[in-house]
Amino acid sequence: MSAPSESSSAPRAVNPVLAAVAWLWVLVPFGYGLYQLLIKIPALFGG
Amino acid sequence: MAIGFLQRERIVARPGWSRWLIPPAALSIHLAIGQAYAWSVFKPPLEKGLEISGVASALPFTLGIIMLGLSAAVFGTKVDANGPRWAMFVASCCFVAGFLISAVGLYLNQYWLVVVGYGFVGGIGLGIGYISPVSTLIKWFPDRPGLSTGIAIMGFGGGALIASPLTSQLLTGYGATGDDPSVPGIASTFLTMGIIYAVFMSVGWLLIRVPRDDWKPAGWDPANAKSAPLITQNHVSAANAIKTPQFWLLWVVLTFNVTAGIGILEKASPIFQDFFRDSTAAEGLAAAAAGFVAILSLANAIGRILWSSTSDFLGRKNMYRIYLGVGALLYLALTLTTNSNKVVFLICCMLILSFYGAGFATVPAYLRDLFGTYQVGAIHGRLLTAWSTAGVLGPLIVNAIADAQIAAGVQGPGRYTTSFMIMIGLLVVGFVCNELIKPVDPRFHEPDSTVTAAEKEAAT
Repeated sequence: MSAPSESSSAPRAVNPVLAAVAWLWVLVPFGYGLYQLLIKIPALFGG
Repeated sequence: MAIGFLQRERIVARPGWSRWLIPPAALSIHLAIGQAYAWSVFKPPLEKGLEISGVASALPFTLGIIMLGLSAAVFGTKVDANGPRWAMFVASCCFVAGFLISAVGLYLNQYWLVVVGYGFVGGIGLGIGYISPVSTLIKWFPDRPGLSTGIAIMGFGGGALIASPLTSQLLTGYGATGDDPSVPGIASTFLTMGIIYAVFMSVGWLLIRVPRDDWKPAGWDPANAKSAPLITQNHVSAANAIKTPQFWLLWVVLTFNVTAGIGILEKASPIFQDFFRDSTAAEGLAAAAAGFVAILSLANAIGRILWSSTSDFLGRKNMYRIYLGVGALLYLALTLTTNSNKVVFLICCMLILSFYGAGFATVPAYLRDLFGTYQVGAIHGRLLTAWSTAGVLGPLIVNAIADAQIAAGVQGPGRYTTSFMIMIGLLVVGFVCNELIKPVDPRFHEPDSTVTAAEKEAAT
């Protein structure tokens, strides 16, 4: 059986806004975590 | 069989879909479930608020890691059969339910509900979530499997970087810190995190797509793809894979590589303080140790993507030669130089931790090379029992030896050198096992008709 598929639409490129939002969705929290980690490192060298 | 919008057929990518939307989908899951590594932030308020022991407060995490390995092994075949959206959705439901059940348990002062909720139910979410994007990423990136799985599995390492400060801030905001933490405040932290993760992970299962059977990256020709004796064009089922020596050799390789990393990771802060107590002022020592833990976390995360990507060029077997062989030499350098040079100490520890993370990140591509893509998710799931084993073995070795040395009155680096020598031995055994890995015997290969029929069934 062949149900309606998201693959059945005509070829078209992905909306760049969707791609940007998707990457920001994961990079923003990751950047927050990375920043929180980096500010601890100077103490290792007596900072 | 998955139903409705969770079905694999509903997520077959339309022509023109970008494969670069798959890593953020995978990261939405892995950045969330990586929270497990930040469990230690909950321990002090739970111990003080509920007046429970350190062992009891560690129970939800321990059970969670055991369930991660078990559920990945048990549900791996179902994940491959039902597709990544089903797997990500189920993982999200279990992981979030774990937080919500824990919140209810704390509101009711019933700690066993935290153990069952976070550890058992949430742990199932960890296992299914961990393997959910792996085979899909490998299919979207046949030219760069190491890079693609490295991105996702780096997310699991990065999840703790996000969860750790987030949890601390929520606990503070709800008055659940200090000597008399509010138990309802801890419950509210679980509730809030459950809601945040429910929203965050939804992007994963909404965005994930599988490629069409005939899809391949632009300009990439499988006929011209890099060929090597260990890269198979055939397929091995999960049931057959566990009958091969290659699977069990790789199981030992992963177990000992992880055990060696945990050897430092488990006691990073006390190791640093015992190594450099004399040369650092007392008030700065704790802060410096926290910096040491942070820099190891960074090395762990970077190693996952850096070395796993490099494996696309150098080959998987060569990378494990580096992880295990160079890892053993680094442990030897640590044993010999101890605290005589802080820079050497830091470089050795960072590289060891980068190899620890890389061992996780490179293994899905190694499995793809050996067993093909047919049931690589399920095979990966079964291999993750090595992680559960190492999660018990590593801390057991380091803690038992350190405790014995402390009881014997040993001071400084001497508390850990025996553990380090054991790690060298384990890494050498792992190195030998990696050398013994040869191509899988053709009698384990699936007939082409089986693979094609399975793909057709999955697509209808």
